[in-house]
Amino acid sequence: MPRALILLRRRLLTAIPVLLLVVIGTFFLLEAAGGDAVDAYIASTGGDAGLIEQLRHQWGLDQSAGARLAAYLWALAHLDLGWSVSFSRPIGEVIAERLPNTLLLMGSATALSFGLGSALGIVAGARPGSLRDRALSIGSLALYAVPGFWLGLVLTVIFAVQLRWLPLSGMETIASGKTGLARAADIARHLVLPVAALGFIYLALYLRTMRAAMAEAWRQDFVLAAKARGLLRRRIVLIHVARNALLPLVTVLGVQSAAMLGGSVVIETVFSIPGLGRLAQEAVASRDTPLLLGIILVSAVLVIAINLVVDLVYAMLDPRIGRDPGKLQGFRMRSGYRGKNSGEPA
Amino acid sequence: MNTLRRFFATPEGAAGAAILGMLVLIALFAPLLFPQDPLSIAGPPLLHPFTDWSLPLGTDRLGRDVLAGIVHGARTSLAVALAAALASIVVGATVGTIASFAGGLVDEALMRLVDAFQTVPGFLLALAFVSIVGPSLAVVVVAIALSAWTGPARIARAEVLSIRERDYVAAARVIGMRPSEIAFREILPNALPPVLALSAIIVASAILIEAALSFLGLGDPNRVTWGGMIAEGRTVLRSAPYLSIIPGIALVLAVLGVYLAGEGIVEATAARRGYT
Repeated sequence: MPRALILLRRRLLTAIPVLLLVVIGTFFLLEAAGGDAVDAYIASTGGDAGLIEQLRHQWGLDQSAGARLAAYLWALAHLDLGWSVSFSRPIGEVIAERLPNTLLLMGSATALSFGLGSALGIVAGARPGSLRDRALSIGSLALYAVPGFWLGLVLTVIFAVQLRWLPLSGMETIASGKTGLARAADIARHLVLPVAALGFIYLALYLRTMRAAMAEAWRQDFVLAAKARGLLRRRIVLIHVARNALLPLVTVLGVQSAAMLGGSVVIETVFSIPGLGRLAQEAVASRDTPLLLGIILVSAVLVIAINLVVDLVYAMLDPRIGRDPGKLQGFRMRSGYRGKNSGEPA
Repeated sequence: MNTLRRFFATPEGAAGAAILGMLVLIALFAPLLFPQDPLSIAGPPLLHPFTDWSLPLGTDRLGRDVLAGIVHGARTSLAVALAAALASIVVGATVGTIASFAGGLVDEALMRLVDAFQTVPGFLLALAFVSIVGPSLAVVVVAIALSAWTGPARIARAEVLSIRERDYVAAARVIGMRPSEIAFREILPNALPPVLALSAIIVASAILIEAALSFLGLGDPNRVTWGGMIAEGRTVLRSAPYLSIIPGIALVLAVLGVYLAGEGIVEATAARRGYT
């Protein structure tokens, strides 16, 4: 079996208990919130006491907590997330509708922070300890201290209210009738500010990781060898130092996906983008707990999926992973999972 | 003592300590500086900053003093962040110690629990928890700690794993100390420093999460919060952008102060270990 498949299978196996725990957690939160799926359904469709009794029995809600949990799991296994009161529609449908917008926003913001962050990281890491390095490090720290929603508001005040260069909010011009490229350009114009607000915050993470990894790489023997061979400094920085510092950036990509999903809640609210984050805020505002927990479950699955892809990319970039067991354990430790005997001194 | 001096010698540490020191003073003396309820009306509505020196930062839509709001907001922000960080470090360090000390199935189960909490976006979890239990200061603290305890748990576990094989632990076992006694009296105190190094990041993210929750209307409704002030100001963003911008600057300063102090601590302790 190719090592990518072995890795994939192992990661999927550890993901199952984790996901199960998340589901049990959301079930208890649902229980704590009070009101069940029948209350939700009746609230949006209407019905008499007889129907309520009948539905409760039919959906197994008149049974013990254990049986209800089993029913909840059974429904989830069929990708049934339940019924949303505020939308009077199945939760799965509502989420599926909003998910692409959030993915577009997150993808663009990640590209921005990864691209710009690693580029600035190379500038800073080219001469660790220099004035330029210190300025960039402190500057990125200041940017990392900015709350995303506030940055969004400030950008709105400058570029949408004062300068009127960019649209104030929304995903696209309503009822503009645009299609094809014109529509894509319209959406892109609307996304500039939210992507900037979300992307600039996380830029610091990439910058600092890149810088730290480069500072580490400067100490390696192959850099000394490259210097001895009389290579141009620019070539050493880009080919020898920066390239070897790229690997940790891939890990950050996975780690910050959960944070960015959380950050998209406020950004989408500020810019009225109909995505998963704004849906979460709407669910809170309309006290639609099953919808909110559905969003949490989908986010958890999304985070697991993103990390799975990151792991595979990592394995592809670093051929040592998945080959000999010693190295593999090192890898598993790094990504937070522990092999049977690793980590304990002999 | 030497580490402390080195901390103040780094530019980051000095700047961070200055910002934080000022904020803590403001937060502590808020009731003396502005004895009036910051939610009460102090002057005409929408007074712009620097126009009336009795209300230097102006007033909001309802005529409430912005400066009084900022000062009292510092109290809420710092109290929530410190309480949340303390709770997550205590819970995380305890769970991590138990996991690595018990080993086996207990360890496996606890670490999967940590994985599960790290898989759910922390802000969404906090959002769900506050919206279900209802907003109050204590609930916001718990909500933030819910997602923040996993970092300390992981580090404490790794740290304890390496410490538990040391000679002095073996000695403690030989003199007949109970395992729980060894874990919490011999090992945990020695495993704490790396966990505490994480505290700056936890406090900073706690300030940001509290602000975002208040911005979405899930803060304690009876208290002034910077996030709540920004949300208030947002309704008049076109005519009075200063109402959103001023509390945001306070937020950035507070978080930056924490980060800088954290940098200073890392540099000061790294110098001690000779890693410069």
